[in-house]
Amino acid sequence: MGEIERVFRAEHGRAVAVLTRVFGDIGVAEDAVADAFVAAVERWPEEGLPPSPAGWIITTARNRAIDRLRREASRADRHAQAVLLHAADEPLPQETGPVADERLRLIFTCCHPALNRPAQVALTLRLLGGLSTAEIARAFLVPEPTMAQRLVRARGKIRDAKIPYRVPEAGDLPGRLRSVLAVVYLVFNEGYAASSGPELTRADLCAEAVRLARLLAELMPDEPEVTGLLALMLLAESRRAARTGADGSLMPLSDQDREHWDPRLIAEGQALVRACLRRNAPGPYQIQAAIQAVHSDAPSAAVTDWSQIVRLYDHLLELDPSPVVALHRAVAVAEVEGPEAGLRLVDAADLPMYHLFHAIRADLLRRLGRTAEAAAAYEAAIALTENAAEKTFLRGRLGALNL
Amino acid sequence: MTHYLLSIYQPEGDPPAPEVLGKVMKDLHVLNQELKSAGAWVFSRGLHDPDTATVVRLQGDDVVTSDGPYLEGKEHVGGFWIIQAPDLDAALGWARKAARAITLPIEVRPFQDRPEA
Repeated sequence: MGEIERVFRAEHGRAVAVLTRVFGDIGVAEDAVADAFVAAVERWPEEGLPPSPAGWIITTARNRAIDRLRREASRADRHAQAVLLHAADEPLPQETGPVADERLRLIFTCCHPALNRPAQVALTLRLLGGLSTAEIARAFLVPEPTMAQRLVRARGKIRDAKIPYRVPEAGDLPGRLRSVLAVVYLVFNEGYAASSGPELTRADLCAEAVRLARLLAELMPDEPEVTGLLALMLLAESRRAARTGADGSLMPLSDQDREHWDPRLIAEGQALVRACLRRNAPGPYQIQAAIQAVHSDAPSAAVTDWSQIVRLYDHLLELDPSPVVALHRAVAVAEVEGPEAGLRLVDAADLPMYHLFHAIRADLLRRLGRTAEAAAAYEAAIALTENAAEKTFLRGRLGALNL
Repeated sequence: MTHYLLSIYQPEGDPPAPEVLGKVMKDLHVLNQELKSAGAWVFSRGLHDPDTATVVRLQGDDVVTSDGPYLEGKEHVGGFWIIQAPDLDAALGWARKAARAITLPIEVRPFQDRPEA
């Protein structure tokens, strides 16, 4: 069973993608793949895994879908007739070569800008990741019927509005790729610092985001921002074990035991950052990855090259002049020029609804000895964060102030 | 081919100054020519103001007539196109051109398939 589960997660996206092209309909493809996995659960434990599990799934799914569509078409179901007609013109592709590109089409369809972001995320995890509706609902802390409804609506819009199933043309690609990368990064961030709930991280979402980014990097090796996003996530992921204490509490970067950072992920992430630097086509994800690489280079927080980090944030701010970037730059400036300079920049960023704005202000005020103001800022940060581990961390900091 | 409704959402109030409107009308004409030569144009026309609208509705056994638009709002549909396009990306491409030409938001909405299709 474990093996079938593994094949399911690994091959779901590819199978749905191939069959979507064959049938021209995502819903039909999804149902067909689900049927094929049910058949696999019945047969593989006795007969053993077929030589090519993915090929078996795709062939079985296609045959079962055609059987089902024929039954429906004979009852004068016009949609079934149209889908069958489509399938008759589309031979099953060979297993190598263009098959990989099918998943690329699927992810661009799932992340189409005509779908809202929660729908893009849900569809990507469902179709490419093979997560069940219940799993996605749990991961995003929404009731399962709500998530099911979201998926039904998104599939319906793809079908009725005729959202195309293809990789966008070169002229549209940069904008469309931004949307795909944003979805993958959102999945990662939701797993990395869960916006609410008892656990600080939801490792499965991070793993899924990294898997999607690896797939994109494999399919689009010439897009440096794809490489940058993968590097950024690997470097962040390398600190997972050090980010939480034994009791599940949050460990800020400066207090983490760097012995617990994963050297394999750091090496891979840094190699990707170096590849980006050689290519010299910087973008926001690549620069953020480079910032993480500077942290990864430092054997201790004290010897971090903060000047280099400030320079990278300067560059990032040019490409993405947002208050959130300005806020993070202020943290680096505080390390180079002192908390006073940092605080001036934080106040200029003015993000009163963002918990990190207040948490960072609180820390700088604490270092400046402005205890009463620091306490008020910690209170504001606590009120704005839904994540229990972060709340506990901030309460600890607040309690440690000598009021 | 799918048919799409492209609706122009227009704020209430006076029309723009003549020189602004003149440019809009010229750009609109160019766009309609382009739609026609691409074979995408099915129908398009501007509408009179919403205060010219009349609503009829069934109330019990009677059909009641009332003066004014069905929905009162700050914005209303000021005109629309019906176009045909192979998919949503193509329809959105036309909608982007329309939004540039008339500088107002355009809503793109697919028609249901024809029953005989």
